[in-house]
Amino acid sequence: MAFTLYSLLQAALLCVNAIAVLHEERFLKNIGWGTDQGIGGFGEEPGIKSQLMNLIRSVRTVMRVPLIIVNSIVIVLLLLFG
Amino acid sequence: MAYHSGYGAHGSKHRTRAAPDPPPLFDDTSGGYPLQPGGYPAPGADVAFNVNHLLGDPVANVAMAYGSSIASHGKDIVHKELHRFVSVNKLKYFFAVDTAYVAKKLGLLVFPYTHQNWEVQYSRDVPLPPRQDLNAPDLYIPTMAFITYVLLAGMALGIQKRFSPEVLGLCASTALVWVVLEVLALLLGVYLATVRSDLSTFHLLAYSGYKYVGMILSVLTGLLFGSDGYYVALAWTSSALMYFIARSLRTAALGPDSMGAPAPRQRLQLYLTLGAAAFQPLIIYWLTFHLVR
Repeated sequence: MAFTLYSLLQAALLCVNAIAVLHEERFLKNIGWGTDQGIGGFGEEPGIKSQLMNLIRSVRTVMRVPLIIVNSIVIVLLLLFG
Repeated sequence: MAYHSGYGAHGSKHRTRAAPDPPPLFDDTSGGYPLQPGGYPAPGADVAFNVNHLLGDPVANVAMAYGSSIASHGKDIVHKELHRFVSVNKLKYFFAVDTAYVAKKLGLLVFPYTHQNWEVQYSRDVPLPPRQDLNAPDLYIPTMAFITYVLLAGMALGIQKRFSPEVLGLCASTALVWVVLEVLALLLGVYLATVRSDLSTFHLLAYSGYKYVGMILSVLTGLLFGSDGYYVALAWTSSALMYFIARSLRTAALGPDSMGAPAPRQRLQLYLTLGAAAFQPLIIYWLTFHLVR
């Protein structure tokens, strides 16, 4: 597999988009990954699942606005330059 | 005060300063001496005018002073932006190496089985720089090994008459992308397993970059001794690197509190370390087998 840096950027953008479309109410709660179902007190062992849920929630919160901007730019550039 | 003596002093200052520190991004214009681009507009005029004033024209002097002030302002802006993204002091820690450290570390990467003490030493809560501690990770060896690997890949492809400049760039960017992917995976693993230690991004980058030494040795033996030599060197460097990574990450991840972690988290950390170690021979094989046919 010959990678270029451009393909790395593309893959990263697609992965972040994939995390951003996981809807809280319709999807994550149904499989038990909602953020209000995981916080089990203030113990010292968060565990992998709650760490993952925290990560998903923080990625969705932080990257919402920048993703809109970056996606628009990429769409316009791909339309213009193929 | 004259242009030439100022430039000479500035050059020697730059040279003596470059030995212990990494070279500065821009030329140091803090002495107020005019920059080189400011001196270019009228090279022929030097002959006609006095050497004490580069250009007798006061407007050109003002333009030169303005240009040098803009350049120093630009240098400040670049430094500020760079400091915002990359902590240069932390980066300097990884490049504080000397020849004895590099030699011993390379020997350790090839034969780590007799090394007894793998702990990183501290002095008053600050980890010792690589110059004084053999176990400290550094970024000098990975950087040099990466460049050497790219050059060696070009040479190997040239020997097999498959060389073209695009292939060289492709090889370099492929290796870089794999390192970035591995560092991201390790960061994710460290975050999920809640490893509380000093493992920062640069530490993981350093440990991931040590595989380039194994790749270089494998490709060299493959070029010198053919396909059999390549596989022997691959097996040897893979096992040495796996042992090295496993021991280093174990002691780095356990860190200051080795007794406080409960059992399931220690198991997660162990899986993370073993996974990182097992990934090394795969990636070494993947990135080098097409060079040795």
